[in-house]
Amino acid sequence: MAQSSILESTPETPTQFPTWFSEQQQQAWADFQSLPMPSRGDEVWRFGNLKQLDFSEFTEKETSDIHFQIPSLPDGVICLPLEDALQSHSDLVQEHFMKSETRLGSAKFTALHKAKVKSGLFVYVPDGVKVADPIEVSHVLSGAHQTIFPHTLIVTGKNAEVSVIDRFSSANEDDAGLCIAVNDLIAGDGSKLTYCTIQELNTSSRMIQVNVTNVGRDAHATAFITNTGAQWARNESVSMMTGEGAHSDMLSCSIPSGTQQYDQRTYQHHASPHTNSDLLYKNTLYDTSKTVFSGLILVDEGAHYTDAYQTCRNLLMEDTTEANSMPGLEINADQVKCSHGSTSASISDEEIYYLCARGIPPQQARRLIANGFSTEVVERLRNEKLEEIVLQAIERKFALV
Amino acid sequence: MSPDTATVDRETQTAIDIDRTKGDFSFPENHKYDAGVGLTKNTVDYISDVKNDPDWVRAFRHKGLETFFDKPMPTHWATEDLENIDFDKIRYYLSDGQKPKRSWDDVPPEVLETFERLGVPEQERAFLAGVEAQYDSEAAYSNVKEELEKDGVIFVNSTEGLKEHEEIFRPWFGKVIPTGDNKFSALNSAVFSGGSFIYIPKGLKVKHPLQAYFRINSENFGQFERTLIIADEGAEVMYMEGCTAPKFETATLHSAVVELVAMKGAKIQYVTVQNWSSNVFNLVTKRGLAHEDAEVRWIDCNIGSRLTMKYPGVVMKGERARGEVISIALANSGQHQDTGAKMIHAANNTTSNVVSKSISVGEGRATYRGQVHIPKRLKGCKNNTECDALMINANSKTDTYPAITVRGNQHVTQHEASVSQVSEEMLFYMQQRGISEAAAMSLAVNGFINDLVSEFPMEYSVELKRLIELEMEGSVG
Repeated sequence: MAQSSILESTPETPTQFPTWFSEQQQQAWADFQSLPMPSRGDEVWRFGNLKQLDFSEFTEKETSDIHFQIPSLPDGVICLPLEDALQSHSDLVQEHFMKSETRLGSAKFTALHKAKVKSGLFVYVPDGVKVADPIEVSHVLSGAHQTIFPHTLIVTGKNAEVSVIDRFSSANEDDAGLCIAVNDLIAGDGSKLTYCTIQELNTSSRMIQVNVTNVGRDAHATAFITNTGAQWARNESVSMMTGEGAHSDMLSCSIPSGTQQYDQRTYQHHASPHTNSDLLYKNTLYDTSKTVFSGLILVDEGAHYTDAYQTCRNLLMEDTTEANSMPGLEINADQVKCSHGSTSASISDEEIYYLCARGIPPQQARRLIANGFSTEVVERLRNEKLEEIVLQAIERKFALV
Repeated sequence: MSPDTATVDRETQTAIDIDRTKGDFSFPENHKYDAGVGLTKNTVDYISDVKNDPDWVRAFRHKGLETFFDKPMPTHWATEDLENIDFDKIRYYLSDGQKPKRSWDDVPPEVLETFERLGVPEQERAFLAGVEAQYDSEAAYSNVKEELEKDGVIFVNSTEGLKEHEEIFRPWFGKVIPTGDNKFSALNSAVFSGGSFIYIPKGLKVKHPLQAYFRINSENFGQFERTLIIADEGAEVMYMEGCTAPKFETATLHSAVVELVAMKGAKIQYVTVQNWSSNVFNLVTKRGLAHEDAEVRWIDCNIGSRLTMKYPGVVMKGERARGEVISIALANSGQHQDTGAKMIHAANNTTSNVVSKSISVGEGRATYRGQVHIPKRLKGCKNNTECDALMINANSKTDTYPAITVRGNQHVTQHEASVSQVSEEMLFYMQQRGISEAAAMSLAVNGFINDLVSEFPMEYSVELKRLIELEMEGSVG
């Protein structure tokens, strides 16, 4: 049976899902149809590749291929596929499901996601409970022009602690797939929430990932994005510091090669005083790859004593790469410490010479330096298990380039 | 600080004091030519008729007008405040019809008085290589020192430049900033009048800075001056402009276009000290073209105005060309300084430097907006961008929006920005030594911009510090 495009097929919410959910999906579908396509004049798509947004030949995948690797969980922790959680914990899901508006350009596609989402992960960690080992979820794209809409919703109660890894990969090297993912991270007061994405899709596939993190009073959230795969990937990450003392780390390590393009937009929103956020995005570019980084720190009126930092570093490994950086600040409060920085450079000859002088061949020297460059951001995860998993993904990529 | 030096400082300050209330006046308007309010093809034709423009200039103006009507307001990235400009209420051309004067004696007394109040000191005139003083849109006075003329320097207003020296200015006119560059450069192309056209011949290093003082003097009257400076091979010149405007109740529009052309090995420095009253929309397009080994420097200070949008740019077209923007912006309540820099690297081994410092006082908003562009197939390009923002009050606002594109790996770019406020400790330290809070704040702010102020010529840096002190008055306590 020939399937119709994801842009045309009306969503069919499975009947076992709650009514509120099917209503929201219908509404989202209407929103998707009425929202305009991003256009060249849109500041949030500046330097972006709008050609990648033609999804007309993609169809919706009937069944999603998700694998869960769930460690032993303390009592009270809910960790379920989204479709199960929708039935067993409908109220809890409804309370947190896609509450924030999409601010960084992909509103149309998050509406599409909302209309079509059928699967994903729901995690709820009650007050004071700590989950020691990371929860791992793997999403596999298979079949030509198939689309998945994975959703990750993580909610932590007061002083709770949890870490989650989302992996995205392709079943084979050829099938062009599309992944429109949304994840909502809600870090309750005093909690510690770590979320890590590893995107290793094949180089025919495309990915849009929209991340919204809400950080409560004295909570600490970390969102890490690893990009090594996909033809084109767009990450939109918003961090909202809503409670005093909130801390958010936004980290990313991307290694594009060939003709890969990564387009990353970030938003650090300080809505309360005494909050801090620290962003470090690193790109190592090979061949004719291209990256776009656009970041904004917004400090609301009254959000005094904010510390916000934003750094984007580009390591240009070849003469044919292109790195665009737009680090931005909007400060409306006083007693604020903010800085942003962006650098783009290649490995200097001295560095190579230094290593060559110690018997390391130039090729390997370059690799070592690039590896060290990426490792710096990975170490910021401050979680050995996660660091190891990310480093493995990075190693796999470096082995290819 | 010993009491002695304090006294000396006070005396020095009194000596250099500028009475700013002198800017708050206007003379009865007495204009022979007046294009009326609103903008149509007839307005443009009227200006062309009065100026007796050659046909090609008239055609250029018409094209500018069409482009202006076609282009949308850039509000998708710029502030919505632009929508408040009512183009139908602006006078696009006013002139007293007098020919530019060659001697101070011929200048009408009331105009002279205006200059007096603006603070062009009499004794300084001798030092000023040439004064192109602009009263309303037409240069009321233009004096090029004899020795400069002897050296072959051309220093005229735009009308004269295009008419009398077409062979020199036409090849570059509208080439650095094409009519269609943006909506306001198109507007300027349609209705420009006044401004300076300067040509410095090969190898000549002009010792004294060339200056232009101008001001807006008619209500609802926009100034659209057009400046084109060409420094031929190996020539060097510094051009200075400064402006004050009387305070009016309705918004006034100022939209200039400044083009600089530095030929091989030439050096142009363009210094602006701007102090518009806070009802002026100041939307200026400034760009320099630097050929091989040439250098273009923009030294810019923006104080006042309701909204300033100004991003001086340098296109580094020849190898080893250099571009630099040094910028100070101070935004007080009701003011938005949206300034920045644009560095386009178009040849190998070109270097650019941007240093921007902004101060937000009261409810003022200071924005840095920058672009650095290094295209494909180039080698050895370097850019350094630093922007620091200082916020004085709790309601002050500051933004930074840089955009950096680097293609290829043989370049080095770095961008850094910081936002801070005057620390409590610093104020406490000074207060403990008997300096009042306001004076301490003023000292701290002057310290913040001190290294940039020293880039300005002497007389400007003194004026600048004083202006900043005045702006800071009443912001603390």
